[in-house]
Order: sequence, then C-alpha cells, then structure tokens
Amino acid sequence: MAEALKFHYDVDGDNFTSAGAASVEVKRKLRQLGFPAETIRRVSIAMYEGEINMVVHARGGVADVYVEPNCITIVLTDHGPGIADVALAMQEGYSTAPDNIRALGFGAGMGLPNMKRYTDEMNIETEVGKGTTVTMKVNV
Amino acid sequence: MNMKIRRIADLLGATVLCGECQLDEEALSACGSDMMSDVLAYVKDQAVLLTGLVNPQVIRTAMMMDMRCVVFVRSKRPTAEMIQLAEENHIVILASNYRLYEACGQLYAHGLGSEA
Repeated sequence: MAEALKFHYDVDGDNFTSAGAASVEVKRKLRQLGFPAETIRRVSIAMYEGEINMVVHARGGVADVYVEPNCITIVLTDHGPGIADVALAMQEGYSTAPDNIRALGFGAGMGLPNMKRYTDEMNIETEVGKGTTVTMKVNV
Repeated sequence: MNMKIRRIADLLGATVLCGECQLDEEALSACGSDMMSDVLAYVKDQAVLLTGLVNPQVIRTAMMMDMRCVVFVRSKRPTAEMIQLAEENHIVILASNYRLYEACGQLYAHGLGSEA
C-alpha cells in the first residue's frame, strides 16, 4: 500500500437509530484488510463515539478514514455549535447532551474521554458557532 | 471463570431470542449498565452485556466491543430490527425477568467476573 486507502462517509444527523453505521462499515473493511482485532476495536469504538457525538450535538457531519499499514487516521468534521471549553468537555462525566439522549444510553460524558482513551493521538479544532474537526490516529 | 452462554441463560431463567446455535460459546466476563459510553470505556474480551436499555445502539455497542451476548433484563423485549441486527452479527440475545442488579448478582455469585 503506497498510498493510504481513503473512505468517506456522510453521517446523518437526523437519525439516531442509524448512528454508528459508518463505524460498523469501517470495522468490516478493516477486518477484510486483516488488521489485528485489538486495533480494529480501538478504531471502531473511537469512531463510533465520534459519530454519536456528531449526531447528538451537530446534526451530523462527515467522516474520513485513511488506512495505512502502520496507522489509521479518522477525521470527523461537523458544522455544529463548536465546543466552548475543550478541557471541560474532555473531563469524564461532563456532558451537555439533552435528556432525551441520556434516555437512549448516551450523554454520560464519556464520549470524548473514550475517543482519547482508544487512540494514540487526538486533536480537536473547534470554533464556537462554526463547527468542530476531530482528528484521531491509531497506530497499528 | 469462563461461563457458557447456555449456563447464563439457565441462571437467569432467560428466553433465547436469537443465536440458539451459539449457546455453547464461552463468556469471559460481564458488565451491567444502561449507559453505553460506560460500557465502551472498558474493553473486555468475549464479554456479556446486561442492560435494561432497549434501542439499536445497544446492539451496535456490543458489535463494537466484539461481545458475544446481550441480556435484556426487567422483561424488556428488543424490537425485530434489533434481533435481526444481532443475528447478522452473531450476537446471542437473551431476555430475563430479573432486574439488572439481581441478574448481575446471579452471574457474579456463580463465578463470572468483571475482568477477563
């Protein structure tokens, strides 16, 4: 693989039921490509949490996944409200998710911390009122 | 200690809603929660998820974690869509009348721990 394999997904912001569909697809592709189970799990959990975040907070967005032999990079871009205080958002247990999302089993304030936990690098670029881009890298 | 899914179903008096042919697979650990992000925080191999939450994200969470089995407690019943999603991904679904606390207690008392 000289060049990275690239996968692009639109994440539908109006459909909580289908949230995670892109992560499922990435998981399937990585399995076909023969990556180790542990690597696949880390990538898919981090991306899944990110996808849920985009649906809950930003009415969807796009996900780009770059697959290289030694590294998998996930870039999640949305045009949602942005994150006013990233350090606070990174704290376990801090959440601004509405009650209806909590009733669905999310909004425990573990999304961003989980994304960091399962990736080797995570970078958040965000501007209030403009949107957020989260870039995550998992080394193989 | 490992536990066969068949034994889990027996201990919980559970109905098998899908995955009949996988009942002899082993579970290495279990966790009980209605918050999926808490479940996602701690990866365990070949785990069982016990929950009172019913929506498709429960199955998707189990898929992400490579879980073998999901137990719905408090007589909750998953939708046909959820059962189909589980079937396609080789996840056993059990339904028990026990409450979450009691169901977890039963499995824990019989040797299924929280760590693989």
